[in-house]
Amino acid sequence: MKIGFFPGCSLEGSSREYNESLHAIAPLLGVELTEVPDWNCCGASAAHSLNHKLALALPARSLALAEKSGLDELLVPCSACYSRLAITRHELLENDALRSEITKIIELPFTGRTKVLSVLDVFGRCASNGLKDKVRTPFGQKVACYYGCYLTRPEKITTCARPEDPREMDDIVKVVGAEPINWAFKVECCGAGFSVSRLDTVAELSGRIVHDAAARGAQAIVVACPMCHTNLDLRRDSIERTRQQKYALPVLYISQVIGLALGLGERQLGLHRHHVPVRLGSVAPANSVAPANSRCPTPVAADVPAALGSAGASPSPGGSPAQEKEA
Amino acid sequence: MPRIGVFICHCGENIAGTVDCAAVTQAAAQIPGVVHSVDYKYMCSDPGQNQIKEAIKEKRLTGVVVAACSPRMHEPTFRRACAEAGLNPFLCEMANLREHCSWVHEKNGHTTSKAIDLVRILVEKVKRNRPLFPINVPVTKTALVIGGGIAGIQAALDIANAGQKVVLVEREPSIGGHMAQLSETFPTLDCSQCILTPRMVEVAQHPNITLHTYAELERLDGFIGNFRAVIRKKARCIDEKTCTGCGACIQKCALKKIPSEFNAGLGLRTAIYVPFPQAVPNKPVIDRDHCTFFQTGRCKLCERACPTKAIRFDQQDEFIEINVGAVVAATGYEVKGTDFFPEYGYGEQKDIITGLQFERLASASGPTQGVIKRPSDGKVPDTIVFVACAGSRDPAKGIAYCSKICCMYTAKHAMLYKHKVHAGKAYVFYMDIRAGGKMYEEFVRRAIEEDEVHYVRGRVSRIYPRDGQLVVKGVDTLLNSRPVEIEADMVVLATAMVAQPDAESLAQKMKVSYDQYHFLAEAHPKLRPVEMNTAGIFVAGACQAPKDIPETVAQASAAAAKVLGLFSRDELSREPVVAVVNRCAPPEFSTCVGCFLCESACAYQAIEHEDIKTRDGKLIKTVARVNQGVCQGCGTCVALCRSKSIDLQGFSNEQIFAELVAL
Repeated sequence: MKIGFFPGCSLEGSSREYNESLHAIAPLLGVELTEVPDWNCCGASAAHSLNHKLALALPARSLALAEKSGLDELLVPCSACYSRLAITRHELLENDALRSEITKIIELPFTGRTKVLSVLDVFGRCASNGLKDKVRTPFGQKVACYYGCYLTRPEKITTCARPEDPREMDDIVKVVGAEPINWAFKVECCGAGFSVSRLDTVAELSGRIVHDAAARGAQAIVVACPMCHTNLDLRRDSIERTRQQKYALPVLYISQVIGLALGLGERQLGLHRHHVPVRLGSVAPANSVAPANSRCPTPVAADVPAALGSAGASPSPGGSPAQEKEA
Repeated sequence: MPRIGVFICHCGENIAGTVDCAAVTQAAAQIPGVVHSVDYKYMCSDPGQNQIKEAIKEKRLTGVVVAACSPRMHEPTFRRACAEAGLNPFLCEMANLREHCSWVHEKNGHTTSKAIDLVRILVEKVKRNRPLFPINVPVTKTALVIGGGIAGIQAALDIANAGQKVVLVEREPSIGGHMAQLSETFPTLDCSQCILTPRMVEVAQHPNITLHTYAELERLDGFIGNFRAVIRKKARCIDEKTCTGCGACIQKCALKKIPSEFNAGLGLRTAIYVPFPQAVPNKPVIDRDHCTFFQTGRCKLCERACPTKAIRFDQQDEFIEINVGAVVAATGYEVKGTDFFPEYGYGEQKDIITGLQFERLASASGPTQGVIKRPSDGKVPDTIVFVACAGSRDPAKGIAYCSKICCMYTAKHAMLYKHKVHAGKAYVFYMDIRAGGKMYEEFVRRAIEEDEVHYVRGRVSRIYPRDGQLVVKGVDTLLNSRPVEIEADMVVLATAMVAQPDAESLAQKMKVSYDQYHFLAEAHPKLRPVEMNTAGIFVAGACQAPKDIPETVAQASAAAAKVLGLFSRDELSREPVVAVVNRCAPPEFSTCVGCFLCESACAYQAIEHEDIKTRDGKLIKTVARVNQGVCQGCGTCVALCRSKSIDLQGFSNEQIFAELVAL
């Protein structure tokens, strides 16, 4: 499966581990990623609040470049980028006058031939097409799948069947052996860009998300958006201060979850870059399909660095403490 | 030689504001055959009509063109004026200078020249008009009422009490409709069943009413005064004549866990069942989709239990054909289910219920005998949140209209809950309180002030479960606007009132129009609120638009009055705009070759076969003949006739071509 790739700024900065893990698992899933040459900023929150045409022209240029490279499909891992690119494509295809105006601005032809895909679209395809057979160490954890704002909405563009209670990510993590919980905050706001200007608001909003996931017994939160990850992971100290409570549960990208199940090591997947240490309960040793009881019954004590026992590269089998974990 | 008079109306500023009427008058006078051409401020006024009448007499006019508004508006007015002056009314035509010209164009020369064109083509048509005479048709004095809710019951009783016959068709096993499901009614809090059931009994016993329950309209043909309806009486699997309604079969039925429709899914019923104790008729029905015998071929416990041997497993659907003169559509409404709301959990939370389900919980005849218990665990809720406008007034959900009754019944629900659970807390989230009606506003104030229901102005964005409760997240938009979170034991959604799921197909069966929401469309929103565009079909109740009981009853009585007005005459006269097959001298008699392509094309079954015979009875040929009572004047047969033997009176091919040539 040959797919175009639009990393966006986050994947080169704050969420390098998302990029690393995507590129680590892509070959194992038979996905060949081709980066759009000379791609540019998607515009995200700033452009579409200020100037409608700029907000369309920025993503349109990247889409036009993808088209020029002969890409039929474009994977956009960041939810904000995905939303901007998908909305731009939709708006330009709906409105001929707008399309000719924007193509004049970007000085490139645009036909809308390149389809915009989210990670859920791509992994969903893999999940129904042999992913199960590639799993070496099932991800035997209870996870809370957190979709955030942009992955499912607006539904007329994302064509998500259940935008307010989506199931797509849940279905994917089930294939790699995780147990998705039923919870209430799948699509609630994490506070997004207020992470910079209004940390109190983000701590409040993201705090509710982390709390509900923890209260319902999740052992990890799975996300597919750099912004969500920043707020739930990097802002964990603020959350804990606001709520006067400690939360041990780590936040993983869906690509990292799949990577662990495929037997990749935590450094390959960039797990060491997280702020909240990823200490998952012991799971079965590498190179073996884990039995049903592989899930850790009790959370691991917070100060003992437990291994990601599943990691194929890990030298220590059976969930014993691993030394490779770094701060 | 034709002598045509042209009368240009200014319609105040409506036409004269954009069209140069004087120029049109002058141009009209130049058209060959026009002998009289004047303009006037209001042609429809008495002085205007008198001008027409005088001109007809003085100038011996053979045709009249009134260039004014739409013929739908004033054609009857001007035709009557012509008739009074001794001119056949069908020699008068209207050129639509208002809707087709002045209202839709800017003021300029093009607009005026379009107006002149419109006058010219109508002059050419009128030159070829022939005197026509109205067609008289008899009236069948029986009304068909479709739907046995309060609307249908009221309409049927009013018509029957006036001495005319009524056939009432209800698709459920019992009449009563939604009103029978309600607990108490606003604004008086009197028991719904107590006021409804006497009416239901009256329907069953009325000598002028024939009641068909568990039956649906299969087909409707014909026209005003002369409809022919086919009713499908679904197989009840019970011999209604033998059954005494003792209920022994119901007690014996082994299946007892089928969700009860009457209890809005909150209660359970058997496979052979009577929907509720006061059902009319009090005869059970076998639900074939659940019945063990129909599913597996074995059981028949009810048959053994029946003391009168009234069970008929082999009963088939029965088709009844009836002739009726008028139809009243009173098919009612449906409420959206909780599964319509993604943000409220897609209907997966048992303790989020609809207003209709709350009615059943609050009703003494309901699944909890009137004790307010939440469905999940039977706990009496300490806190209930009521959400008004659930779906209604929400274009994003495709329901832009107001469901009209929710403000009132939500106040009623909160009040009933407070009356039953004194220590309970009731919250109502609302957008606006729309309490227009006699004693309505006072009723809502009473809920707020006397019963201490907390009204929160704002919408609910999400409801999710937490520790056995429901967290209702919303916003209070008044004063220092702030987000609110309420932990409730139960949530009642005042879900939108929508058309019946099959309203569209029913409308198509009756050949009546309906709106984008599938509510039946009245002929005029203000002046003809109970008539439909198809003559002889009337509408009552919530199948037309959301409305409460008082309004429904008023509209049902109005529909009954319209039916009775129609039945007060023995004959109706109708416009002679119908197709005719030509006749000519022997030996052809008609150019019709008897191919009967027209017969297969006619949507109204108006084509008959006519044998042309010699005096001694020898058949010469068989030709088509149009039944003038049935023909709707659509002209499809004219277009299809290969020998050009059919023409439409008033819109003949010759007239249409003349209009085109005049352009």
